[in-house]
Amino acid sequence: MWRYLPVLLLLCLWEVLCLLGTVPNYVLPSPVEIMEGLGALLTTGMPPGRLLHNHILYSLYRVAWGFSIACALGIPLGLLMGWFPLFHRVLSPIVELIRPIPPLAWIPIAIVWLGIGMRSAAFIIFLGAFFPVLLSTASGVLSVSPILIDAARTLNANQKDIFLKVLVPGSLPSIFVGLRVGMGVAWMTLVAAEFSGVKEGYGLGFMIMTARDIQRPDQIVAGMLVIGVIGLIVDWLFRAWEARLRPCV
Amino acid sequence: MHLELIGLGKTFVNGAQNGEVRAISGIDLMVEQGQFVSIVGPSGCGKSTLLRIISGLEKPSDGKVLLDGREIVKPTHDVGLVFQQYALFPWRTMAENIEFGLEIMGMGKVERRAIAEKYIELFGMQGFEDRYPSQLSGGMQQRVAIARTLIMNPKLVLMDEPFGSLDSQTRNDMQEFLIDLRNERNDTVLFVTHNVDEAVFLSDRIVVLSKRPAKILRTFEVNAPHPRDRTSKDANDIRREVIGILKQERMSASPVDNAVHALRKFSAVRR
Repeated sequence: MWRYLPVLLLLCLWEVLCLLGTVPNYVLPSPVEIMEGLGALLTTGMPPGRLLHNHILYSLYRVAWGFSIACALGIPLGLLMGWFPLFHRVLSPIVELIRPIPPLAWIPIAIVWLGIGMRSAAFIIFLGAFFPVLLSTASGVLSVSPILIDAARTLNANQKDIFLKVLVPGSLPSIFVGLRVGMGVAWMTLVAAEFSGVKEGYGLGFMIMTARDIQRPDQIVAGMLVIGVIGLIVDWLFRAWEARLRPCV
Repeated sequence: MHLELIGLGKTFVNGAQNGEVRAISGIDLMVEQGQFVSIVGPSGCGKSTLLRIISGLEKPSDGKVLLDGREIVKPTHDVGLVFQQYALFPWRTMAENIEFGLEIMGMGKVERRAIAEKYIELFGMQGFEDRYPSQLSGGMQQRVAIARTLIMNPKLVLMDEPFGSLDSQTRNDMQEFLIDLRNERNDTVLFVTHNVDEAVFLSDRIVVLSKRPAKILRTFEVNAPHPRDRTSKDANDIRREVIGILKQERMSASPVDNAVHALRKFSAVRR
């Protein structure tokens, strides 16, 4: 536990600097003020009446949609890309052309296509998560040792057996890396997407922007904290899930 | 069981240099039921390629492989192959690895586990059923790989330097284990190795291959009963002779090697 001591000391120093007025609290609120801001988000809400847990739920809902679609398309396409060299050759140039466009650069066109709201947000998140999932899955299949495929063939496995019993489980570690990276990008993309407007009036990004509009740095930082903690929890859930699925590593 | 290799040859096309590499050339060989035949040869001579062709993983360029008179054109569970690198599925437990072939056949979980348990007992691996390959020693991993192959009751078992990456003590143990296993099951084995001692200790017959393109240089019959004395005079005589042939093979450079050598010299001068 003693390794958390520096963190504690830093927090104390921060609090003292704020109390002494060295750092004005409209620039950086003190840790205690941030906690009070968090309390206000939970009880009063920002804007008032819109409570924190509803913002979280809306954000998670958007991520769940975008991320699920990214997985539903990215994993099968990635498996196909890894398995069929021709498919890989045809798809790669398209992927490499679209992938460098930041998801946020899609926001204007997404709004034109899908309007402001759930669907455009899910689309942006999908774009963020799709490529890490796709490429990790494909490279996972390619990383399966050919000798394992040979071994399966000498044990009478046909193409379908090899795909389901060798390539899919063999690329699972890599798929999980893709899922975790994809989820990280999805979460980052979400908040940025919500900055640029939401129709429903809920969402963590929207909440932070509202706090900025009415000059509440304590609630801005508290919102940032919430985003970080949720990202951490989601990643931790993924790792726990992976450990259950693959107890051998 | 009756295996016949007729005029087997393999040429690899090297795309980059537009050249051809002849790996195997005109191999004729017969193996009868219950025989243990070792194939030794200089490293890189195409021994593994030969096994891959017999297993059906690779197609020959010339000649054919006949198992009980039927040509082998693709992998079948009649021919099992044990790899040097074990090739176990790292995400499957020991028992699940051994069951793989039965699972592919569509056998039910309870039934195949019962059969796997028999093999695990025969191989002396009880208590490790739920371990993953990474949690097993090298010797144990190779025993799992052998069990995974034998559970399919192949007519012919191919082994590609199966003990090549084991330390010498484990290697000796595994050789003795293999002898015991043969007494128990009377499998027909075609065993590739570069270790002459191993070949002399295990085999009924030793086939010595030349360097690339591999062809059969000589065949030795070893008639000593098992268990064999590794240091007996007969064993030493065969060993000396085989080692002599292999040494001679290494000394005489092939035309290809000569050409490569000349080319290297030439480029060194130009630099």
